[in-house]
Amino acid sequence: MNPTPLWVIFVGSLFTNNILLASLLGMCSFLVCSSRVETALGLSAAVVFVMTCTTMLNYLIYYFVLLPLHLDYLSFVVFISVIAAFVQFVEMFVERFSPKLYYALGIFLPLITVNCAILGAVLFMVIRQYDFAQSTVFGFSAGLGWGLAILLMAGLREKMGYSNVPEPLRGLGILMLVTGVIAMAFMGFAGMLNVQ
Amino acid sequence: MIYLIAILVIGGLFVSLAILLLVAERYLVRYGPCAVGINEGSSVLKVQGGGTLLAALYENKVFIPSACGGKGSCGYCKVMVVAGGGPILPTETPFLNRVEMRSGMRLACQVKIKQDMEIRIPEDLLNVKQYQARVSLVRELTRDIKEVEFDLLDPEAIEQRPGQYVQIQAPGPEGPVFRAYSISSPMYEKRHVQLNVRLVPGGIASTYIHGLKAGDPVVLTGAYGEFRLSEDPDREIVCVGGGCGMAPMRNIIYSLYRRWPDRSCWLFFGCRSTRDVFYLEEYRQLAKQHPNFKIVYALSDPLGPGESWDGETGFIHLAVDKKLIPGINRQAFLCGPPPMIEAVIDVLKSKGLTDAAIFYDKF
Repeated sequence: MNPTPLWVIFVGSLFTNNILLASLLGMCSFLVCSSRVETALGLSAAVVFVMTCTTMLNYLIYYFVLLPLHLDYLSFVVFISVIAAFVQFVEMFVERFSPKLYYALGIFLPLITVNCAILGAVLFMVIRQYDFAQSTVFGFSAGLGWGLAILLMAGLREKMGYSNVPEPLRGLGILMLVTGVIAMAFMGFAGMLNVQ
Repeated sequence: MIYLIAILVIGGLFVSLAILLLVAERYLVRYGPCAVGINEGSSVLKVQGGGTLLAALYENKVFIPSACGGKGSCGYCKVMVVAGGGPILPTETPFLNRVEMRSGMRLACQVKIKQDMEIRIPEDLLNVKQYQARVSLVRELTRDIKEVEFDLLDPEAIEQRPGQYVQIQAPGPEGPVFRAYSISSPMYEKRHVQLNVRLVPGGIASTYIHGLKAGDPVVLTGAYGEFRLSEDPDREIVCVGGGCGMAPMRNIIYSLYRRWPDRSCWLFFGCRSTRDVFYLEEYRQLAKQHPNFKIVYALSDPLGPGESWDGETGFIHLAVDKKLIPGINRQAFLCGPPPMIEAVIDVLKSKGLTDAAIFYDKF
């Protein structure tokens, strides 16, 4: 059992233990999809949704199927398959019943299957021994934290289009530097809260 | 025992996930039969909704060019969707410019059919077919260029225009590859397709084609290409080729003189040495019947000992500059290596040709 209160988990995964800036998970889609705020917003909405749901789903599967049968060594395989299947299902569902939502974020859903932040959140949930409520809050807030980071980056990149970046740093180089600076800024929150 | 449980549980989990998805697909991804109208009623395809436009068109024998096989990474499968396509997806935007977006251009591999649609495809693409063919003739033109002729078996005839090309399917180390070759046989010879193929060292397709013998089966698709020969009989045609860039010129010249026996046409062809000269005798025969056909071959290397040459020498763009008088209404077709094309374009512009009148094929 983990005694951390829900609000600490929420604020902590947004700022002190941001899944992208502190744990450096989900970097690939972070770098690729952060060129425009609009795209970043769609992707973060999809990540929040999928992360919340898959954390809950995988919680149930882990504690009610895998652990009682002593199959926790298979958890990685099961987690990632559940994530993939869930994303597929959601994509079909959204495409059918809400074309508007599908065009807004549906296109990002397949990308999320391979987003390691999603699997990372599920694994943190297991390692930190959260209960169901904590897992749900954690999944939601870790998704929000990831979205916050990519939105910050997208905002900066839109502005950076007008700045004169030194030739050798253009492209990935300056992105890595900027990510590092954002991460350092977030380290300023360290010590405010302690999420375990 | 413990392993058995593990296998059973994992198997059970995966099977139930798969079943869930299959059931979901069965009930969610079904849009019933949809009608896809092509070019304002020229044809209507009845297809099952849910799949991509590219797949539906392919199933109905409309061959949209696609190099990546529907992954959305080549951007070749552009079609104009007039109605029923939904908004442009983020996966398409990198391949479309503003004009294309405004005119409703889409990537057929990304558009899903969910309702009745209306699309527009260039008429040419509707004529593109896949042909089963058989090699009927292989002839050596020079030390590295071969003339290869295919008999079309199924379908038996091809509609092509001079300047168009076919794609030959060649077996590669990682599955079949497609390479484009201009058609050298004239458009009125509908039962055959003839190509000039230069052996490229290490080239997958040219090695394959050079290894073909009469009777071998070949698969090709075509005809592709947007060049249109000017229909104005008073307009002079200027063909400039170099290296092995002869195939489209030959098609243009023969098709042209079948239709307009007195039309004025120049053929400039650049070679290195007398060993690279081909089709010259054939063209001289043709020029005897059609006096307005003027042939200029130029050799860029000095003559070898004992060789004789009665044509031009030097690079081909110099010959073009020397022979053409400025200010005549012309259309030009260029085919050859990039430096040659660039030099010739400069010369043609100085003779008064506009960009729209110059068509070229760089390789």
